[in-house]
Amino acid sequence: MTDVVVTGIGLVTPGGHGVARSWKAVSAGIATAEPDPVLAGGDVSYSCRVPSFDADEELGRGAGRRLDRFAHLALLAAREAIASAGLPRAEDEGDALLDDLADRTGVVLGCGIGGVTTWEDDHAAFLERGRVSPLLIPKMLSNSAAGQLSIAFGLRGPNMTVNTACAAGASAINVARDLLRAGAVDVVLAGGAEAGVTPHSAAAFARMGALSRREDETASRPFDVDRDGFVMGEGAGILVMERGVDAAGRGHTPLAVLAGAGASADAHHITAPPEDGAGAVLAMRRALEDADIAGDDVEHINAHGTSTPLNDAAEARAIRHLLGGHADRVAVTSTKGTTGHLLGAAGGVEAAFAVLALHHGFVPPTANLREVDPEVSLDVVHGSGREVPLRTALSNSFGFGGQNAALLFTAA
Amino acid sequence: MDDDKQAYDLIESILVGTFGVPAEEVSPDATFEGLGLDSLDLVELTMAIEDETGITIEDEEVEEIRTVRDAVERLAGERRVPA
Repeated sequence: MTDVVVTGIGLVTPGGHGVARSWKAVSAGIATAEPDPVLAGGDVSYSCRVPSFDADEELGRGAGRRLDRFAHLALLAAREAIASAGLPRAEDEGDALLDDLADRTGVVLGCGIGGVTTWEDDHAAFLERGRVSPLLIPKMLSNSAAGQLSIAFGLRGPNMTVNTACAAGASAINVARDLLRAGAVDVVLAGGAEAGVTPHSAAAFARMGALSRREDETASRPFDVDRDGFVMGEGAGILVMERGVDAAGRGHTPLAVLAGAGASADAHHITAPPEDGAGAVLAMRRALEDADIAGDDVEHINAHGTSTPLNDAAEARAIRHLLGGHADRVAVTSTKGTTGHLLGAAGGVEAAFAVLALHHGFVPPTANLREVDPEVSLDVVHGSGREVPLRTALSNSFGFGGQNAALLFTAA
Repeated sequence: MDDDKQAYDLIESILVGTFGVPAEEVSPDATFEGLGLDSLDLVELTMAIEDETGITIEDEEVEEIRTVRDAVERLAGERRVPA
């Protein structure tokens, strides 16, 4: 089967702008949850925000007004990913890729919500004054960030958005891999982008009982015995993916190999996982089978680990069920302790962290985890990170709708 | 003339403030397309003018407004209508 490799990474996370700052923040297990002025007075007032930036300055005149924030984040991450992959640019055409390459470069972006900030603001103006912006639809549609990447970099390959809610970023990477294997593209930008922290959406997630009510920076504490929900975050994580033979052909050393991917559905409940995590087991098993790698060879898992009581318990059972006794020897972490839950972007960002863990031989700690829930019974890395040479890393993502994705990366 | 001046100043301030157009690029003969505004922006611009002045510009009229001068004339014409 055709080898698919990761040749570039771009990140914009609550840990900071860029791969270096984001990786440093998760490696140090820093908490990023802060009181959010936008959420002040609501049921939940903490969130994990990307450090503020001027969109017009970073992305050109009009970007702030014409694009929703999730598209800004996607563009920033994509720009870094393309630069790190060393893809050739067309001369004198701004950010655009070389013409032939641009024709064969696709975008598969995961997004769970879309331009909900734009929608809420416009809706308020509509109710108050009957005013509707002509930019509402082009800013709000969940596929608009993928479209903006095509425009910004001149990419004319297949371009789409995948929505599996909180698994969207990982599902997108899975779909991108299929496109590469099928020969439909030579290069794909794949991952996720989300900026869905608004008063209304926070109230809605809170009403479901999904959000932590803890009003301090340690609110996101995956696998902790005292966890009580997730903290909403925003960000983008984008990988540049190519066939291994093409990367080798242009002399670019990959960061990692995407050796396998698995997808499944719970067929159970629209938001709650089955207690035994059966759907998660299926997704992980399919990723292993796809990669032809035995469970005993899994060394690191970047867990979905949202910090909700239900998810973390079910995911832990799923990992134990899948790996049996070997589960004790797997370094599990959830980077959501640092970043919060980036929803549709989470799978893209965490795939990037799994690749970086392989690349650096370092498993970041689960931030804010003080006492591992006895029900979890896994080696969840916490306190400080762990230096360990790694050959395989699994990244899990599970979405509302019972939609699951698992990505298995191996060292390049 | 005062009406024209007022209308021009309003349009210039919206172009600069909301659309980020450099003030030196704004002139009566400048087309909105040339200033980087597309058809969606033009609708936004007319909505901003409506918000500032309380007048109503119909969608069909928007298509006729191509230059800053067109917008000034449309706006000043409205103001000259006797109460």
